[in-house]
Amino acid sequence: MSARELLPEAQLEDHGLLRFLTCGSVDDGKSTLIGRLLLDSKGLLADQITGLEAASRRRGLPEIDLSLLTDGLLAEREQGITIDVAYRYFATPARKFIIGDSPGHAQYTRNMVTAASTADVAVLLVDARHGLQPQTRRHAYLARWVGIPRVVLAVNKIDLVDDARGAFERIRTQFHQFATGLGFAEVREIPLSALRGDMVVERGDVLRWYRGPTLLQYLESAPARHDEQAQPLRFPVQRVVRVAGGNAQPGSGYEIGEFRGYQGTIASGRVHLGDAVVALPAGTRAHVTEILTPDGPLQQAGADMAVTLRLDTQIDLSRGDLLAAEDALPYHGQDIAAEVCWFDGEPLVPERPYLIKHGCATVRARFAALDHRIDVDSLRLVERPQTLHMNDIARVQLRAQHPLAVDPYTSNRTTGAFIIIDEATNRTVAAGTVR
Amino acid sequence: MLSTIEPQSTVRTQPQGWSHLDALEAESIFILREVAAECTNVALLFSGGKDSAVVLRLAERAFYPERVPFTLLHIDTEHNFPEVIEFRDRMAHERGLRLVVRSVGDSIRNGRVRLRKADESRNPHQSVTLLDAIAEFGFDACIGGARRDEEKARAKERVFSFRDEFGQWDPKNQRPELWSLYNGRVRPGENIRVFPISNWTELDVWQYIRREGIELPSIYFAHRRAVVRRGSALVPVTELTPPHADESVEELSVRFRTVGDITCTAPVESAADAIEKIIAETAAATLTERGATRLDDQTSEASMEQRKKEGYF
Repeated sequence: MSARELLPEAQLEDHGLLRFLTCGSVDDGKSTLIGRLLLDSKGLLADQITGLEAASRRRGLPEIDLSLLTDGLLAEREQGITIDVAYRYFATPARKFIIGDSPGHAQYTRNMVTAASTADVAVLLVDARHGLQPQTRRHAYLARWVGIPRVVLAVNKIDLVDDARGAFERIRTQFHQFATGLGFAEVREIPLSALRGDMVVERGDVLRWYRGPTLLQYLESAPARHDEQAQPLRFPVQRVVRVAGGNAQPGSGYEIGEFRGYQGTIASGRVHLGDAVVALPAGTRAHVTEILTPDGPLQQAGADMAVTLRLDTQIDLSRGDLLAAEDALPYHGQDIAAEVCWFDGEPLVPERPYLIKHGCATVRARFAALDHRIDVDSLRLVERPQTLHMNDIARVQLRAQHPLAVDPYTSNRTTGAFIIIDEATNRTVAAGTVR
Repeated sequence: MLSTIEPQSTVRTQPQGWSHLDALEAESIFILREVAAECTNVALLFSGGKDSAVVLRLAERAFYPERVPFTLLHIDTEHNFPEVIEFRDRMAHERGLRLVVRSVGDSIRNGRVRLRKADESRNPHQSVTLLDAIAEFGFDACIGGARRDEEKARAKERVFSFRDEFGQWDPKNQRPELWSLYNGRVRPGENIRVFPISNWTELDVWQYIRREGIELPSIYFAHRRAVVRRGSALVPVTELTPPHADESVEELSVRFRTVGDITCTAPVESAADAIEKIIAETAAATLTERGATRLDDQTSEASMEQRKKEGYF
């Protein structure tokens, strides 16, 4: 009997979309786990399985190598490692899933963070034979840093250790000690064998001592993040839309006259007709007169919705500005305390200005101070680093050329996040969260 | 595949009254608005296929009530189904959008593309014509309807994917892409490829087509067509793809899951003549979209990656 058939019917309701990533140290079996999850949940189609069999045969492997499914680049298959995130999609009767399979090599940490930034759950793999690695801790730290509320420690290759239960308990205790300091909403450990399929979708018959959910059962029931509704209104203005002189959509009803509105996606909170909003950084006040969508006007709209707002007064408002609830304004100013993760091979040059992209605003900024570097192995703070190298995480003070309206990342994932771009190369060299 | 078909009703059961299609649509609209705001001269690759029809609808919804601020660009292999070309032209005309067509045939005739043999597929050669069109019009961003679920090299690609001055994709060195903070900065001669429906699956696309009532070329729906069986694929009998001497022509009820170049696009046997039936078939499909219908991706494990590195979409 498959694990899915064991689920009580009540749990089979539609839980919408869940985004998760697999992470952890190199060779801990991330790509194999995803292959197993897809295979056993019938998320693979016949030609994908045939292709997988053929690719495995060409490599002289006796059985199919599930990791070949997500390692989609030539260089990855050549070297047997994952370089960049592969996104995979599958659905069970209970839920749709977007998986980010992220690389384990320290060199490609930036790609792991790319996948983590949009995930609801992190599945952190650890090899039962080797226990926690520096990269396991780094990924746990980064998962928390980008605000993933839930982490599953998947203790993989459990079939390869003699005392499976003892090894599992040891790693579990070790991880709990480390993760407690990070403040996840939920930490869950599951022993499994991605290769054999035990406790992934099926329970298998060797881990009878484990009573908790399989990985898929957990993923089908874990709450997706929906915390933005409760926060005060934040509406980054993405685009000013002006319709006049013949640029109306045919059939839109706006072919005659003029139209001016502000397009964007509500980052948090709700907006109602008539609400008073404040435009930042200018600080001017206005009321919402229309919430427009292509399906017609709305009385109110909530977080994640892409809408066009119109206001009762002509105020100076352009891309990069923020409309915020009058009674709960964010900090707005030029000095920003943040935690940044440096991605680029070229280290930070603290004397140089960089570009910050925050919401829809891009401004110049410089590093006014490097306060601490965080040693992610011990979680200790190293005072006053001289610079930041690839994968360094540090608390810094930034000075922006123009005021930015920001919230702490812990209360708002849109207005609390930014990336740093090197103007000379246009590369995204770092990302930051507002403290 | 164990995907479920969504109920038709508009009653939404999510915590926010929010279905997965709403979430995907909002993400795509954000991406499209971001391209319009950050780039100055944007092309939307429009072939008349279902994915590009979905992207066009998303763009209309993103910019409403303003007209879509993009140029439609089609890289034409001259080997297209007439129904698709008629649809392409009509869509552009009805929306008052500028449509630019650049032809692989012209690239062959003026020597920019050299075929190894006259009857080889022109599909991979679209890269040359595309890069020439980008240079001719100075596009700094090109929007495509590619999806990550289509193919494993695509599964690796960013939403905003950087191309250097040679149009090349460097998959080992992509820009980190966190949250929805897309980095669309390029220097002259470079460009960004933007994939607003990266996170959609084939089933999502069909469900959205149903929800929005999006019009499609008729060959997406089941119709009678003369075909021959070649390997595991059905090959439509056309002037460009005549039957081999030893093949027997059959007339079957078929539909196309993708509508690319005639020489490399195969229909599937199907009686699905309405969108409901297509959705039911898609949910129960045992072959991927490309596996079932593309004759060009199966040459090697990395043929898509290779083509993408050379500038292909």
